[in-house]
Amino acid sequence: MAKRIDVSGLHVYYGDFLAVEDVSMTIEPRSVTAFIGSSGCGKSTFLRTLNRMHEVTPGARAQGKVLLDDLDIYGPDVDPVMVRSEVGMVFQKANPFPTMSIYDNVIAGARLNNRRMSKSEADDLVEQSLRGANLWEEVKDRLNKPGSGLSGGQQQRLCIARATAVKPSVLLMDEPCSALDPISTLAIEDLIHQLKEDYTIVIVTHNMQQAARVSDRTAFFNLSAPGKPGKLVEMGETNQIFTRPEKKETENYITGRFG
Amino acid sequence: MSTTTTQPPAPGPGPGPTRSDLRHGSLPNRFPAALLASCAAVVAGVLLAFGAFGFLLWGLLTAVSYAVIVVTASARVEGGRKATDRLVTALVYGCFVLAMLPLASVLWTVVGNGLARFDGYFLTVSMNGVLPSMDAGGAYHAVVGTLAITGMATLISVPIGVMTAVYLVEYAQGRMKRTIMFFVDVMTGIPSIVAGLFVVALWIMLFGPGRTNGAAGAIALAVLMVPVVVRSSEEMLRLVPQDLREASYALGVPKWRTITKVVLPTSAAGLTTGIMLAIARVIGETAPLILTAGTSAVSINWNLFDGQMMSLPVFIYSQVRMGGAVNYERAWAAALTLILVVMLLFFLARMIGRLFAPKAS
Repeated sequence: MAKRIDVSGLHVYYGDFLAVEDVSMTIEPRSVTAFIGSSGCGKSTFLRTLNRMHEVTPGARAQGKVLLDDLDIYGPDVDPVMVRSEVGMVFQKANPFPTMSIYDNVIAGARLNNRRMSKSEADDLVEQSLRGANLWEEVKDRLNKPGSGLSGGQQQRLCIARATAVKPSVLLMDEPCSALDPISTLAIEDLIHQLKEDYTIVIVTHNMQQAARVSDRTAFFNLSAPGKPGKLVEMGETNQIFTRPEKKETENYITGRFG
Repeated sequence: MSTTTTQPPAPGPGPGPTRSDLRHGSLPNRFPAALLASCAAVVAGVLLAFGAFGFLLWGLLTAVSYAVIVVTASARVEGGRKATDRLVTALVYGCFVLAMLPLASVLWTVVGNGLARFDGYFLTVSMNGVLPSMDAGGAYHAVVGTLAITGMATLISVPIGVMTAVYLVEYAQGRMKRTIMFFVDVMTGIPSIVAGLFVVALWIMLFGPGRTNGAAGAIALAVLMVPVVVRSSEEMLRLVPQDLREASYALGVPKWRTITKVVLPTSAAGLTTGIMLAIARVIGETAPLILTAGTSAVSINWNLFDGQMMSLPVFIYSQVRMGGAVNYERAWAAALTLILVVMLLFFLARMIGRLFAPKAS
């Protein structure tokens, strides 16, 4: 069910402001792709164009092609709502629905879409998704408690369970560990390793060690100059990017000479 | 402070912290309360001795003497910053008491005067067949009218108001948004009697002269309620974090379902409070109801579309205008009833709000 993403010539604008310029890349299925780069270089913005989430921001628009397998998600008759159920997303800040229990949070994708399912189907889906997110053992006795009562790391795994419960083919993660302690981060990274068996995973991170640990391929974004749009500098096997980068810019960044 | 810095370092804490000694002296925890009590006692004694005791004077002098003493004492023992803190604390508490005085006074007066006639009989009979000067009759018809008219006004204005707020927060952009917000503000400023006149004119146009009824009153109140509901709901909807909307979108949930199933439930408690405030705002309206629902109804009328309808504020107004002792008693009892109705509604709203509120950990 994992799908390949092919981006070609993508420009992202906020109103008249060009935020990300001319990105072309291929994201392989059943692998983890990491986006690294300094703050404000457009990697999160670019990530959000992969499930048309940027359209939620007033004035934001994208030009170019994003092929999900062979379908252009910016095609004229493509419904962004359907794109998002195919390309799920996990956010920087864990955001479980505060009015819902842990159980309801996990099946929120189905419930909010009024999909009919029997009690046993729902139970199965909840257990399977929570197990998939390595959270089942911790919450199985308090499924009816509110999700906001969990710790930050547990909430983030709950959000991952919620995202996988709609069975997407791609999972986008926007700095999923930036608000977590090292132990919770490790739990999420382990989870990412397991999830890549079934999903195409794209992760934005500020933490280069994390990129090196979890990803198969890494893309480095940077601003061409302050005030100029962000661009994709280089992309390749994580190993190669971190040991033998082709561009001087990349080397400066990963060796900590700036950013 | 200057004294502290020029003095040679004294053993133990002196007034105000110094760089070499980070400690500073402090007044005992119970000092303010004890000082306030003794100030009150001393001032009362002095005033009584001069035979000039009055509650206002007593309160004022107590407050002033307390402030002066506490600031001096604190400046000597604790230093300048602490003294300022004590002064501002005293000022804030003073303002709080000042603000609570009218409220307490109103409640005290209404309860004191209203209890004379406030009983089961008053609440369960109307003024039907009762001459204004007779020692009989009650406000049941007015309670009925108030509940029916305000209820109808709520039914009309809440959907319009909440949906307008949803439109403003979730959909509207640019000029349309600014225009609607401007007109909502303008509507907030409509004097209530003008809303009443508007509905009277509308009714004369639609049904001919002299045909106003409870429904007309409800419409007039709805005109007043809509902007209040829009404004408060808008604030509440803006409080819902954008994160939650995006979380919902990311699950492939369309916008309208996100609004109905995530945004509205999350803000339900706040919306309820806002609606209750709007109801409280209009339930005491008198002028538009005098013009529309009329002042002469004396019998129980649940039908908004049939003839005049009494309401509690108008009942108070017309009783006071009659001027007899028994009329004043009825007016006070009706005022007490009105306050109790509002409090009951607030209590219910709190219950409903708690039911919907996001569950805390």
